[in-house]
Amino acid sequence: MSISPTIRVQREDFDLQAEIDALSKGNPGIGAIVTFSGLCRDEGGTLAALELEHYPGMAEAEMTRIAAMAIGRFKLVGLTAIHRYGKIAAGENIVLVIAAAPHRQAAFDGANFVMDYLKTSAPFWKKEHGKDGQEREWIEAKDVDDTARDKWK
Amino acid sequence: MTKLVYFAWVRERIGKAEEEITLPSSVVTVADLLNHLKTMGEEYETALQFPDVIRVAIDQEHVEHDEPIGDAREIGIFPPMTGG
Repeated sequence: MSISPTIRVQREDFDLQAEIDALSKGNPGIGAIVTFSGLCRDEGGTLAALELEHYPGMAEAEMTRIAAMAIGRFKLVGLTAIHRYGKIAAGENIVLVIAAAPHRQAAFDGANFVMDYLKTSAPFWKKEHGKDGQEREWIEAKDVDDTARDKWK
Repeated sequence: MTKLVYFAWVRERIGKAEEEITLPSSVVTVADLLNHLKTMGEEYETALQFPDVIRVAIDQEHVEHDEPIGDAREIGIFPPMTGG
């Protein structure tokens, strides 16, 4: 039986422990939980915030498609993916992935897979805001992210 | 009428987030659409000058540039994604 993942795209922050608890509650088949959280780093003290833009509707749809692939491939028994949008200050959370499986390798691989696809195919874009109050350029996509995704093919 | 939605620097360069346009019958594929948009003004030309980097979604699903548009209701046009 396939599980249904928790997928959210939201402006507000999330609580790591609350999300883990919600996922594991009433699910004694879980033997391993891997969580990944991505934060906004300050780039050596020069970055004040990132502005995250998304494609409403498609972002959720794409995350749901990615989650379904991961659940099928790694036989996950729990999966949560949350991505924030809006202005996110340095040090704050951007993204959370929690993958649960009977054994650790599937949980590690499931979380890794979801992140590699999320970075390259979920419709989100980041723009930098400097400490000096200046808006900077949009962050460019990196080939290394495509390479990371393609290793799963 | 087809609804077009733009994101990130494509949106900024074109100067609007969305619009509805009537596509000429000569526009069959996504590539045709991008070429057509480039004739709509300097801002479109600037936004779409390197079509290879432009990503497109038809009714919120990614498509390649040779994909026929068919009876798409909404076409999203944007740069490569940088989430996560």
